[in-house]
Amino acid sequence: MQPRDLKSEQFSGYPPEARQLVADHLDALRELPLSFVPGLLREAIEYDFKFPVERGAIERELKTLSELSPEQRREWFQSFNEFSLSPQLERFDWVNLPAQFTEQLSAYLWSTHQLDAYRHTASAYGVRIQSSVVPEPLPMPRLGIAVIGQGVTTYDRALFMNLRKRGTHFNQVKPENGLEMLLAAIAARAQKYPQPYRHWYVDGGKEAEHSAALTCVSYGAMERVREALLKNMQAQIQQPGMGPEELRTHLARLTPSDLGMKDAADQVLSRFQLKVLTEGSGTQIFSTSFAQWTAREALRRAEPLTLMVRFAPRQRQRPMNELLSDTRSGVEVDPVGSLVDADMAAYYHWINQQRLAGYDRSAFLVWFEGQSEALAIGPTLPRGTSSSSEVDLSHLLALTLG
Amino acid sequence: MQAFKNGVLSEGAFSAREIASGLSRSRRDFLRGALGMALGTALVSASPFVRAESARKRRKVIVITFGGGARDQETFAPEGQENIPHLISELAPQSSFFTHVTNQGILGHYVATASLTTGVYETLNNFSAVPPDHPTVFEYFRKDLRRPASDAWVVAPSNGFNRIGESNSRFYGPGTGAAVILPKHLLSATKPGALNDLDHLLRDNYENPMYTPQLAGNEFEIQQLEMILRLSVEDFVAHARTLSSPDELSVYIAKRLMQQESPSLLWITMHDIDVAHSGAYSLYIDGIRRTDRLCAELWNTVQNEPDYAGNTTMFILPDFGRDSDYDAGGNGFQHHRTGDAASRTTWMMALGAGVRQGVVYDEPMQSIDLVPSLGAMLGFTAAQSQGKPVKEFL
Repeated sequence: MQPRDLKSEQFSGYPPEARQLVADHLDALRELPLSFVPGLLREAIEYDFKFPVERGAIERELKTLSELSPEQRREWFQSFNEFSLSPQLERFDWVNLPAQFTEQLSAYLWSTHQLDAYRHTASAYGVRIQSSVVPEPLPMPRLGIAVIGQGVTTYDRALFMNLRKRGTHFNQVKPENGLEMLLAAIAARAQKYPQPYRHWYVDGGKEAEHSAALTCVSYGAMERVREALLKNMQAQIQQPGMGPEELRTHLARLTPSDLGMKDAADQVLSRFQLKVLTEGSGTQIFSTSFAQWTAREALRRAEPLTLMVRFAPRQRQRPMNELLSDTRSGVEVDPVGSLVDADMAAYYHWINQQRLAGYDRSAFLVWFEGQSEALAIGPTLPRGTSSSSEVDLSHLLALTLG
Repeated sequence: MQAFKNGVLSEGAFSAREIASGLSRSRRDFLRGALGMALGTALVSASPFVRAESARKRRKVIVITFGGGARDQETFAPEGQENIPHLISELAPQSSFFTHVTNQGILGHYVATASLTTGVYETLNNFSAVPPDHPTVFEYFRKDLRRPASDAWVVAPSNGFNRIGESNSRFYGPGTGAAVILPKHLLSATKPGALNDLDHLLRDNYENPMYTPQLAGNEFEIQQLEMILRLSVEDFVAHARTLSSPDELSVYIAKRLMQQESPSLLWITMHDIDVAHSGAYSLYIDGIRRTDRLCAELWNTVQNEPDYAGNTTMFILPDFGRDSDYDAGGNGFQHHRTGDAASRTTWMMALGAGVRQGVVYDEPMQSIDLVPSLGAMLGFTAAQSQGKPVKEFL
């Protein structure tokens, strides 16, 4: 089927708001190429469960597409029209399974050596869409905080090496009450600009006491869900004919209730947590991977003004089948390995933050928990330097924000 | 669109070609500066590879894939060199080093390794136990040079690689390629269910850890342990208990094979590094350090085995890289899904018989050029390969 054949009744399986959204823009969708439309539907079908920022972006994109003149549309999508797709892809139920379609499209593009051209075309489209929207100024500079190294008492190798040239390395930080100071500071930001899903606290272990104004996701709180997911995966893998692609399709169809997520009152956050576990690699078994991927996805999707991530020791590496089948807490942990993981994850946190609007005013702080080392990046802080000033975390955060 | 927006900021101010060239240049500059290696393009004399017929018959080739997937910044870039002390200090100075190898194919480990062995960018399903569509180097080698089955072997990491020894080409195919040893499969076959303390050697597929394809093909069976490797099951298991990773087990078997069968064409595929898919950076780095050590261990074995010393050429090359930190479509070191320049651009090291020592070549080559280059060295024609022999080997 081609997009030109789309009918509104084909979207009856979509959640209500997504169905209405697509119906409102059906004429525009009919004019677009098959190599493009399922990617857009992949986002639209999740509309009911998306963060406010994401919903606004989809609405703007559809509006822009609806307002294109025929000439503009031809120019925008000429390159997309040039990709050859297989008859199997054309027959696929891409209306109801757009995510699975895009996975198969990706595999097809790889195998036919069209992937690089597709990447280029998609990137060019992304630039076009972004440049068609003037971003609204942020109500406050974006702030990222990474707290790494929990459980490590001594570490004699250099930390923050990927970030040092971007900011100031502090080596006389006063660690007393540091975590409490940071949590209080992000709570204050959340109270000052209380927008939903704009102030996050992610913990790779059991979350510390925190303000209810924060959106909180923690590895510890997800223990039962992780256990249910791993059991579900184990059961599926025993099914005849089950392979990686089939398993991925199965995971993509899971809902929060399938895994016994009680906190379904917040459907948006529940779906987000579910996706972290079903789409992330290693998030089910390593707390450091969970925290890193959660931060990455929170930044990409919710574009928070504040995101604090605290890493906890992950379990020591064991045989993969044992890691996947044994979810008991209390297993042996690897604090030093986790510090190395988290040091890299902090770098990725900063990179992902810099991809967002207002990057030139944003601030970032990474602290070796309980220790005197930290690195701060902010609009007014010098880069590539060290400071031996004695500062507590509260003062350091103020310096970071300028 | 959110998915496309991810890609927007990834390219920065540089094209993929510029990034690939930059990676190549930084490797070249380091090797020339720090290790005093010469630039290969400045050398005008003929190839050092000896092609007298008698020499060819004695010539042995070992190919090691430095897998699965390592980036420059954790290996040859300045900040990564501490992870590869053996490659840097011991092997590179003795090698011809090719700084700019690109892989234009599908970046899955099985399909990419299959492409390396055929010299064609294969398009098979990465997670299926299927043979390559095109003849492998082992088939060319055995058919053209009339070599027996015992002269070509593959030691591979996971069950997914069990069909890599021979293609389904109708002119070659079953029985004409290399036997494949899957050491982990052998180990699990020794005492099914009774190897709890050896589970760490049985890790299979890091990308899809719960998927283990069924075996079918020309793989090595447990009964052949004693017959071919002169190794009792008890000794095999006892030695395995002293090892810490699947690649260590592979190297142990490869060394045993060299001692007992001394194959002329031996292909060893490493895979420990692919633990990066779990997202744990420290484990990825541990994998690189282990692979570095194992490459040196194999090179030392070559020097100490009479059948190999002095007449062996060893090639070390990654199957591909991993995603760049700055490509928003990926998640940095964790995967190799974006197809960006960092994930496609790698290097190759050639050591030993006939190789000019301490020379850096920065002419771009493709990973599919390896098979026709081996053909040029050993005297067979890789008729269906789409690669070109590297001119330094001609």
